[in-house]
Amino acid sequence: MSRIVGIDLGTTNSLVAFMDKEGPHVIPGPDGQTKVPSIVGLTDNGLIVGDPAKAHLIRDPSHTIYSVKRFMGKGLDDVKDELKYFPYHLHEKNGVIRIEIGDKTYSPPQVSAMILKELKRRAEDYLKEDVSKAVITVPAYFNDSQRQATKDAGLIAGLEVLRIINEPTAASLAYGLQKKTQGLIAIYDLGGGTFDISILKLKDGIFEVLATNGDSHLGGDDFDQRLVDVMVDDMFQTQGIKVEGNPELMQTVRLEAERVKIRLSDETQAQAVIQLPNGTYEKLWTRESVESLVMDLVERTLGPCRNALKDAGLTASQIDEVVLVGGSTRMPLVWRKVEELFGKTPHSELNPDEVVALGAAVQADILGGHTKDLLLLDVTPLSLGIETMGGVMSALIRRNTTIPTSAKEMFTTYVDGQTSVDIHILQGERELVKDNRSLARFQLKLPPLPAGVPRVEVNFLIDANGILHVTARDIRTGEAQSVQVKPSHGLTDDEVEGMIRDSFQFAAEDIKARQIIEARNEANAIIVATEKALVRAANLISDKEAEGIRRILQQLGEVKAGDDHRVIRTKISEVEKTTHHLAEVLMDATLKEALESKKLSDVIK
Amino acid sequence: MPEASEAEIMEHQHQAQATTATSRELPMARSMCWHCQSEVTGEYLCGQCVKVQPLSRDLDYFACFQLPRLLNIDEQYLEKTFYELSRTFHPDFYSTKDESEKAISLGNSAFLNAAYRTLKDPIQRAEYLIRLEAGAVKDIRSNPPADLFEEVLELQETLETFRQLAPKGPSSDLEALRKKLQAEREHLEKRQAEMETSLQHKFNEWDQLQERAALSGQAREEKNTILREMQEILSNRTYVRNMVNDLLETMG
Repeated sequence: MSRIVGIDLGTTNSLVAFMDKEGPHVIPGPDGQTKVPSIVGLTDNGLIVGDPAKAHLIRDPSHTIYSVKRFMGKGLDDVKDELKYFPYHLHEKNGVIRIEIGDKTYSPPQVSAMILKELKRRAEDYLKEDVSKAVITVPAYFNDSQRQATKDAGLIAGLEVLRIINEPTAASLAYGLQKKTQGLIAIYDLGGGTFDISILKLKDGIFEVLATNGDSHLGGDDFDQRLVDVMVDDMFQTQGIKVEGNPELMQTVRLEAERVKIRLSDETQAQAVIQLPNGTYEKLWTRESVESLVMDLVERTLGPCRNALKDAGLTASQIDEVVLVGGSTRMPLVWRKVEELFGKTPHSELNPDEVVALGAAVQADILGGHTKDLLLLDVTPLSLGIETMGGVMSALIRRNTTIPTSAKEMFTTYVDGQTSVDIHILQGERELVKDNRSLARFQLKLPPLPAGVPRVEVNFLIDANGILHVTARDIRTGEAQSVQVKPSHGLTDDEVEGMIRDSFQFAAEDIKARQIIEARNEANAIIVATEKALVRAANLISDKEAEGIRRILQQLGEVKAGDDHRVIRTKISEVEKTTHHLAEVLMDATLKEALESKKLSDVIK
Repeated sequence: MPEASEAEIMEHQHQAQATTATSRELPMARSMCWHCQSEVTGEYLCGQCVKVQPLSRDLDYFACFQLPRLLNIDEQYLEKTFYELSRTFHPDFYSTKDESEKAISLGNSAFLNAAYRTLKDPIQRAEYLIRLEAGAVKDIRSNPPADLFEEVLELQETLETFRQLAPKGPSSDLEALRKKLQAEREHLEKRQAEMETSLQHKFNEWDQLQERAALSGQAREEKNTILREMQEILSNRTYVRNMVNDLLETMG
């Protein structure tokens, strides 16, 4: 059976991990970095993902998508307050946000699929085998639509998603495995865009989630935004510069805000420096000033913590260990607040950026049938119910119920000959339908009989992914009925299929973009290495030869800006040919040096 | 807010009625494996092809945990058994299996989780047991008694006045109301605690009767009396608890 990888599909960064006999490992890219920025750039030559796309963000923000996770499983109404911050246009179709880039539109799962494909490719290059199955993590507080959207993203990327697993629970797997912990633990997970708190009981290899809570719209992005707002205002006040309406500058400010925030986790002050067309903007930030700016955001995480404890029937002092997960927990302020609430020093020994991906890899190994002694028992984060008379939600499955779980509800008719009943499925904790999340609607077909005679039993099942399945059975005939559920904020099966086809079609373009990037990187590496070699060999080769090499290096520098990777490759081989003698000369010199510093007896052994 | 959703309790009611209270045989013993048609001797897995077997539709939550229908439960045993059965049924261990096995694992797990959730909580456990045994207790009433009713009506009025006054800022009237509500809350919480104590007595009575009845095979009338009394305390308790929650919510 082929290997299953674990993927942390984050708001800011994504990672892929696998498990071998020694344990879980995060897969690094060619540059040794494990994090892939969750950024997608659509260039004239196709698609770029990760670090190259991050560089693209400042050059061409309207063609670069970041933080797409915030849009997963959502409608336009859900994000209207933050539209002004994003450099691209959004619209809604069938309840799903669509992102407009140039003359194309993409749904959030399609953009996430681009990131997933990059991770898939990274894993395949590293493991030297095909990767087609994955476990993907989501915030524990993600609702059904957001989970389904993540699963769709996997499908579009050509991955069979064996499990959607909650990020804090994944972290607990990696943590528990490494630390051999037993007892009650709290996982506090503050990432780029989402916050989760999960309370677990660890006993004899069972990881039982007792309660989970969170805010699927609160994270490091929001902290950055506070800094951005201050600087944007400041730039206008002091220099009359309008950042709004200048997407390039806005992205520069945003990235600088993020950099300053990260720096302030280790330093007590940091200078923000932003290059302007005519001059620079500078601002000295202190840790204190940033802390007071984001204090209310950090405090917003404490309510969900208390609620989770309450639902678990525990007090803070009963928690044995508190574990910090997610990049934002590096902030000393977050650390202090968590310590205050739980009254104990939180653990952060495992890399908070990698622990979720590592846990996903462990879960992948469990699903692959290799790890048999560990078992995760997770819960559904939100109550599930249906709309009843008067716009009230009637809960069928309560939040924090262990999954899989199911609830049955009997439906009948109120009018003679009535042939259908409309059912509206909701998720949330509020009394009224309008305050909860609409998940889906469906129409139940009934035989035309006198009122009250038809009896159809509908089964609402939440599977181990936290995703809802609806089935129906006619009690009188005992026959199963098909149910066509229409998601309120999700892609239809047809749409997903179409996107899978498109993704194959775009694959050719994507390969082209990738080839250019690779050729450029190689050209850069060769230019740097050759320049170094020229300095070292200054006295070993003739001026004429050196000049010849410099000339062709300059040509390579010009060619690499172009968008034909074959031209770049040709020039690279020319450089290699021209520098052949230089390489030999340097090799000899190195060898000579080595021999001179040793005795003969060291060399001939 | 009810302790357990109606649907949860109803889920297996029709199935559970098929078994009598005194029957202690394990109802999950089936004759034939769905897959290889050989006789199933093991509890959940076929002895021949080792395929997981669907739980019997006659299975109730107590039987699922191989527990008699008693209201005092060894919580450690319950948890241990839940973990063991989870290791047998959980979909994580059927990811590489065929679709039929996956579906059985999913159904069995969902049932097991519902059973554990219900039995773990003493109140839900009692309510479930009353449902199971309700075949003979048709006339269970669920209205709160008059004395509580009066008290609750008065409290509702006080609460309403408080809600109207609260947004207008602090005042001596508001403070007086707050004190009154505070006292009321303490009183109701005390009543709730008393009810829970008397409920525990009923649990003990029930368990003793069950053990005696297992020997004599009689005592249906006595059982029904206890069930009725329990039901009454339970619904009163729910009433009081909802009031306390309401108070807590309003007063912040």
